Amino acid sequence: MHDLIQYITGYLSSDKTPGAAGNVFWAFVYIVLVFLGLSVAVIAMNWLERKILAHMQVRLGPMRVGPHGLLQPIADALKLLLKEDIMPAEADGFVFWMAPLLVVLAAFTVFVVVPFGPTHAITDMNIGILFMLGVSSLSVLGIVMAGWASNSHYPLIGALRSSAQMVSYEVAMGMAVVSAILMTSLNPQGTGTLSMIGIVEAQQSQATWFIFKFFPLGLIAFFIFGVAMVAETNRAPFDLPEAESELTAGFHTEYSGFRWSLFFLAEYSAMIAVSSIAVTLWLGGWLRPFAHWLSGSTWDKAFSLFPGISFLFLAGMCFFNAARMPKHPFFRIQTIGLAGFGVVLGLIGLMLFIPDVSVRIQDIFWFSAKVAGFMYLYIWYRGTFPRYRFDQLMKVGWKVLLPMGLGVLILTATVGLWPVIRQTIWHP
Amino acid sequence: MIIGGILVITRKNAVHSALALIGTLLAQAGLYLMLYAPFVAGVQIILYAGGIMVLFLFVIMLVSIERTEKERQFNRQWLVGIAAAAALGGLFITVYTKGKGIFPDRASAPVEMQNTQNVGTLLYGQYMFPFEIASLLLLVAIIGAVVMAKKRI
Repeated sequence: MHDLIQYITGYLSSDKTPGAAGNVFWAFVYIVLVFLGLSVAVIAMNWLERKILAHMQVRLGPMRVGPHGLLQPIADALKLLLKEDIMPAEADGFVFWMAPLLVVLAAFTVFVVVPFGPTHAITDMNIGILFMLGVSSLSVLGIVMAGWASNSHYPLIGALRSSAQMVSYEVAMGMAVVSAILMTSLNPQGTGTLSMIGIVEAQQSQATWFIFKFFPLGLIAFFIFGVAMVAETNRAPFDLPEAESELTAGFHTEYSGFRWSLFFLAEYSAMIAVSSIAVTLWLGGWLRPFAHWLSGSTWDKAFSLFPGISFLFLAGMCFFNAARMPKHPFFRIQTIGLAGFGVVLGLIGLMLFIPDVSVRIQDIFWFSAKVAGFMYLYIWYRGTFPRYRFDQLMKVGWKVLLPMGLGVLILTATVGLWPVIRQTIWHP
Repeated sequence: MIIGGILVITRKNAVHSALALIGTLLAQAGLYLMLYAPFVAGVQIILYAGGIMVLFLFVIMLVSIERTEKERQFNRQWLVGIAAAAALGGLFITVYTKGKGIFPDRASAPVEMQNTQNVGTLLYGQYMFPFEIASLLLLVAIIGAVVMAKKRI
């Protein structure tokens, strides 16, 4: 018993991830936390996407279930769970059953290596980024299986489109990723790293985010990744595999109920996963903005107030809207509920002002805030860009992004090796 | 992995075979991991399971399945097949029983954290020339494929 407690508390003083420290208990706790956090994030994304899209199109969006439709995702989830689960008679049973599981598995497994902070990751792998790209590329198999097993025309076309699109954009994506990894090797030892935590630490020691490194090379690589990542997750404007106007719902036309919701869950968690790759590689991962320009303990203190302030801001919004609720007895419960939600958010915000908490929570906050920025971009793209035609999509992937990626890769290598090259040319 | 391999050759439905092959390749990645070679395992997953097999499935799905279901599954060269399998099995048994001297008794456990860096240094240092020759070969293969596929360039 004492040994067990020792085993559990012993990790608290370590400065490694639970995976690196070999502590199974804390690794399990982290896995549960990441899983819960992701589920909450997907639910929040569901609401936010409908709301933001609605406001972009000058509509109100969900307003009925709960104040400002806040309980809409919960109602949706309940509806999906209670819905009848239909399997087409001509479908291939086992493959049809397997496909959503594979997609969800691939989408959630990648979070094993996502670094929310120097110690806040489930584990750190030597091949971190390769692992993420590889496992997330497995989800295309699930999509192809779903499309084929449905034994119907629209899903098959959707699956074919999806596989062609994801295989082509993976190439450009790989080029952009390699050019960022090259930048990690610009240290005295001259060895780079593929580990997610190592990449962020390289940005820390080089005192810059890789998006600003070798301007504009880092920016271009980031741009290539930013486009490829939207295509890779099958989102608008590259959502040809599920284009509603052409293919009803694409590869998941025949799915209903819980299995459909698994596809939904996988799509959103894959979006979060690729955004966190982008944040790790180019936007400094868990590092706070201006970590070197505005350094010093005063600025550290000032930036450590951000998490609390953002929660207090959300709480303030809740109170503001609770005060604006119609003063009718029908709306009393909704007003009380909204105010209660505001109180909870405010308490969380106040808790984040405690110095001990804010020090530990800061890296997670900055990482999540950057990922949230990407999530907003996804919604924004969907609200503004028209869908590409398939030949245009292929043209962009192979004729624009891939040559650009190759050029950036070669230029990055040249600029990175420039001191050596100059040495050999002028002082042989 | 062996189960996957058997499924690949016994399934009548080509898509099921391809899916079993994916399972086999993933199991192979697991074997690499157990050999302390995470880089090779990662590349295996990306290239084979993620890339090549998707293209396989892509092609297979376009082929009509009804026809392949009716065809005879085994061909008439089973005699040669059995002879080849027996020869390979005999080789394995010989190595296993008499091969004490061939392999070192037990390799020292390599450092896992440096695997990728070691692969990189070896490929671009000691084995630079073979590596470049291999990439040239692949380039020739790509150009050949384009020339064969496109009559008019």
